[in-house]
Amino acid sequence: MSELCAVVGVGQTQHSAKRDDVSIPGLVREAALRALDDAGMTFADIDAVVLGKAPDMFEGVMMPELYLADALGASGKPMLRVHTAGSVGGSTALVAASLIQAGVHGRVLCVAFEKQSESNATWAVTPSMPFQPPVVAGAGGYFTPHIRAYMKRSGAPPDVGIKVALKDRLNAIRNPYAHLHMPDITYEMIEESAMLWEPIRFHETCPSSDGACAMVLTSESIADATSKPPAWVWSTAMRSEPTMFSGRDQVNPQAGRDCAADVYEQAGITNPREEIDVAEVYVPFSWFEPMWMENLGFAPLGEGWKMTVEGATAFDGDLPINPSGGVLSSNPIGASGMLRFAEAALQVRGQAGEHQVPGAKKALGHAYGGGSQFFAMWIVGSDKPEGR
Amino acid sequence: MTERIVGIKTPIKLEYTYTPGLASSRYLNGVARGKLIGQRCPECSKVYVPARGCCPACGVTLGEEVEVAQSGTITTFCVVNLPFYQAIKPPYVCASILLDGADMALFHLIQEVPAEEVRMGMRVEAVWVEPGELGPTMESIRYFRPTGEPDADYDSYKEHL
Ligand SMILES: [Zn+2]
Repeated sequence: MSELCAVVGVGQTQHSAKRDDVSIPGLVREAALRALDDAGMTFADIDAVVLGKAPDMFEGVMMPELYLADALGASGKPMLRVHTAGSVGGSTALVAASLIQAGVHGRVLCVAFEKQSESNATWAVTPSMPFQPPVVAGAGGYFTPHIRAYMKRSGAPPDVGIKVALKDRLNAIRNPYAHLHMPDITYEMIEESAMLWEPIRFHETCPSSDGACAMVLTSESIADATSKPPAWVWSTAMRSEPTMFSGRDQVNPQAGRDCAADVYEQAGITNPREEIDVAEVYVPFSWFEPMWMENLGFAPLGEGWKMTVEGATAFDGDLPINPSGGVLSSNPIGASGMLRFAEAALQVRGQAGEHQVPGAKKALGHAYGGGSQFFAMWIVGSDKPEGR
Repeated sequence: MTERIVGIKTPIKLEYTYTPGLASSRYLNGVARGKLIGQRCPECSKVYVPARGCCPACGVTLGEEVEVAQSGTITTFCVVNLPFYQAIKPPYVCASILLDGADMALFHLIQEVPAEEVRMGMRVEAVWVEPGELGPTMESIRYFRPTGEPDADYDSYKEHL
């Protein structure tokens, strides 16, 4: 039987297009100090540090963990770097959790970041490769064909993406850390924004953000002694699959379905739509909300879009998705996955402030990355897992 | 007096020597002759183009060399309205193309048709560089263009979205 793990501290930076007031070490430290403060701890209390970020090319800084060790108080302690593309914030949290669950450490600080303004991530993800056709189309060029395939398969109305974008941007107004605060956002404004990668419009895409997120994870006895309510980790799961193989379903990837089934089973969840109160799901392009609703088993195949249209995923819906504003409102890529996990923890701790979903007791944090090939998920609860 | 420095530019250039290996060499030698060469998986029978070392689904070494057709079907696509690709003015279309005889779509440019007329199921064919310019490089195919044939039935490519 593994040790129980809990989130006892959460911190994040102000996310924005350009945080030129801080260096990369300054950025990660801002999040780390806030998480430690929330946990009532200092760097001296931490046993190990786990750091995650997306590809090094995003800043052009190779192996940033080498020079961030001192900024994160890791001198003389174990420090690990995690990388699983866009899902890395989630998998970083899960590596940290596994150190607690395995009984190796009692207090682990996990941190994830991206400082997109220091380079050009769009170009970094689409270099000219000698072994691929010379087609350069950016991240949207990779994902929009799958969105088109989803629209065809599901027969969803063409404006579902607009509705997702509007909902997440309105949610972001409640989140003081969000990059995009657009109080005047309207359906028409999104509809009339430039069509970047048809069928995806400008306002249906995530921004490029600088930002970081950090969490302090501890074992059961330490969490029991903290003053603020902890978020108990009920289950964790990761899955991956190859970038390409014949017949691969990139609209509804097998790895995502398997990861969700695993994380539900470990948590004893048989009806996720009923049993989960709120979810923070990695939605970088609007249409990924309905796609992931199906992949996560919240909606039957081909009906994920109905949850958006019927308002089920809205802040006051039966399963609020991304009350923080989500990736569509803040996208410091490497940190985006951890922000989903951390926001899930804040919800069940009752610490989400203006975007707190009333009475949330069980929440899902979800991240994916690469060509929809890495998945990381956890379920956290305000109570300890049943039977423990 | 000191000024606050918020950024200094340090451009990075990466030169990369690519070793194609046996499988990619088959494909590259094929395009140098104006042919599209794939390989069939001995376990699942799927044909991968370009030829590659192993089947990503089965994890076994790919076997029999297969030449596939130079025409195929657009399974899905994206209209790019951003100026990413200096050589081509937006809007342009990037599409997943399932070549006849292949079981894995490849991603390429669609030209010689207005972007708004491109559709799922559209039949297209490869347009090569001039014979004298053919070489063992991915640039040997310039783009794909419509063949004018009737669209393929959705069921024929729905497993490749
Ligand atoms: Zn195979």
